[in-house]
Amino acid sequence: MTADVSILEQHYLLNTLFLLFSGALVMWMAAGFSMLEAGLVRSKNTTEILTKNILLYALACIAYQIMGFDLMYQDNQAGGWLPSFGFGIEETLIGAKQPKEVEFFFQVVFVATAMSIVSGAVAERMKLSAFLIFAIFMTAVIYPVEGYWTWGAGFLGTSVKNGGLGFSDFAGSAIVHMAGAMAALSGVILLGPRKGRYTSKGAKAMPGANMPLVALGTFILWMGWLGFNGGSQLALNSITDANAIGKIFVNTNAAAAAGALVAYLLSNTLYGKADLTLIVNGALAGLVTITAAPDSPTPTLAILFGAIGATATFFAINFFDKIRIDDPVGAISVHGVAGIIGILLVPITKDVSLISQLIGLLVIGSWVFGSSLLVWFVIKKIFGIRISEQDEYEGADISECGIEAYPEFVGGKS
Amino acid sequence: MYWLTAIVRPFKLNDVYDQLVEEGIGGMTVTEVKGLGSQRANTEVYRGNSYSHDFIPKMKIEIAVSEDALERVIDTIVNSAKTGKPGDGKIFVSKIQQAYRIRTNEIDLDAI
Repeated sequence: MTADVSILEQHYLLNTLFLLFSGALVMWMAAGFSMLEAGLVRSKNTTEILTKNILLYALACIAYQIMGFDLMYQDNQAGGWLPSFGFGIEETLIGAKQPKEVEFFFQVVFVATAMSIVSGAVAERMKLSAFLIFAIFMTAVIYPVEGYWTWGAGFLGTSVKNGGLGFSDFAGSAIVHMAGAMAALSGVILLGPRKGRYTSKGAKAMPGANMPLVALGTFILWMGWLGFNGGSQLALNSITDANAIGKIFVNTNAAAAAGALVAYLLSNTLYGKADLTLIVNGALAGLVTITAAPDSPTPTLAILFGAIGATATFFAINFFDKIRIDDPVGAISVHGVAGIIGILLVPITKDVSLISQLIGLLVIGSWVFGSSLLVWFVIKKIFGIRISEQDEYEGADISECGIEAYPEFVGGKS
Repeated sequence: MYWLTAIVRPFKLNDVYDQLVEEGIGGMTVTEVKGLGSQRANTEVYRGNSYSHDFIPKMKIEIAVSEDALERVIDTIVNSAKTGKPGDGKIFVSKIQQAYRIRTNEIDLDAI
């Protein structure tokens, strides 16, 4: 008996395998963000930030499954700006490239990534409940709407020939990373800095508690990113696809490496020592930068792009400190600034116009920033978004979770 | 009976401990502490902002010793903990009024 599998079926199977493999890698980035953030906060806020990371992942999955995925991808008008409203995941159509559920799985881990970016920036001072309420809005509405504009065939992504803007963002430098950073920035503006972070004498350093976790988180993110960018080819059924994915892996890896090295050189030159946390930010900035177009630059150009993104991010971290935007992990600089740089570098290697890229950034940026600001504001008015001064002093672990990350001298009343 | 409180550099703890054991000291209490003295903390830079730890980590060793062992123990600690730079630490000596061993009800010199 011989199995008789048609070419189309083979394509279907390969695409499915490839997207599930990539999706699993991207899901792993949730672990990367958790470790990175847990390492960069002070030990009294460790449990809370881990709780936040697990719950935001869970919430993102449910909210996107119920509503977000439909808003972003299903039954939408091509070239439009208002997505059609609906729920759930539709049946797989005959002739589809892969099952609908597989498409959903690959997309849901992206929305979780966008939300993870927010958690680091608001760390150590935000109420857990306020953050979780925001996560629902972000993953069910704010992200899916802007995602539809480009990836769901909306007006940004549709080519100029077909009456769209021709905005190009391969794997989400703007759609995922800058969006996360904008949501974070609007939250941080309403939230304010950690108590004691900025004094009349300037910024005070609040060193992270656990550098091994920072390094582990970085490598997990670096690895997951290969699925993030590689998987965004969305298919593996031809030599063209295989070639593109190979190139994406090399470029993604090279940009991260360049980013880390540039941050090391800058930190060593300007501050006198190799600051691990800045090197880590540099590697991640390289990754965010190349995400806009990992498939088109030559590997040498990818090194340059990673270096440019990391340099901009390095100085952005300093700049945000100057204007007293307190971001414990550097998420706004890494994902926002490098995201913007990545999008603006696309015209160098692809036939898209710089104007389209600028308009796309402006549209996505102002939508996410504006709608997030509104949601944060309403949550602040109704529930409040900040823990009390006393709770902040004692640590969010106790006030929000009732568990310390490293308890000692525990007694019990029974 | 004397109560010795020695504050030493953390990385000197092993040397002090080894020497004390060689001198026949069989018991001590060790605590991680932080403090302020003549040693100046290094200024470091974290994410572009300079900072220094106000208090420097030290190890506190507490030992109960008999009168005839006192000088020998102090010499041992001084010799094994010294580097000659500010921050080597201090030794404080005070009298113990009474001592009890919980397990056996022994008292004073028998207890330490």
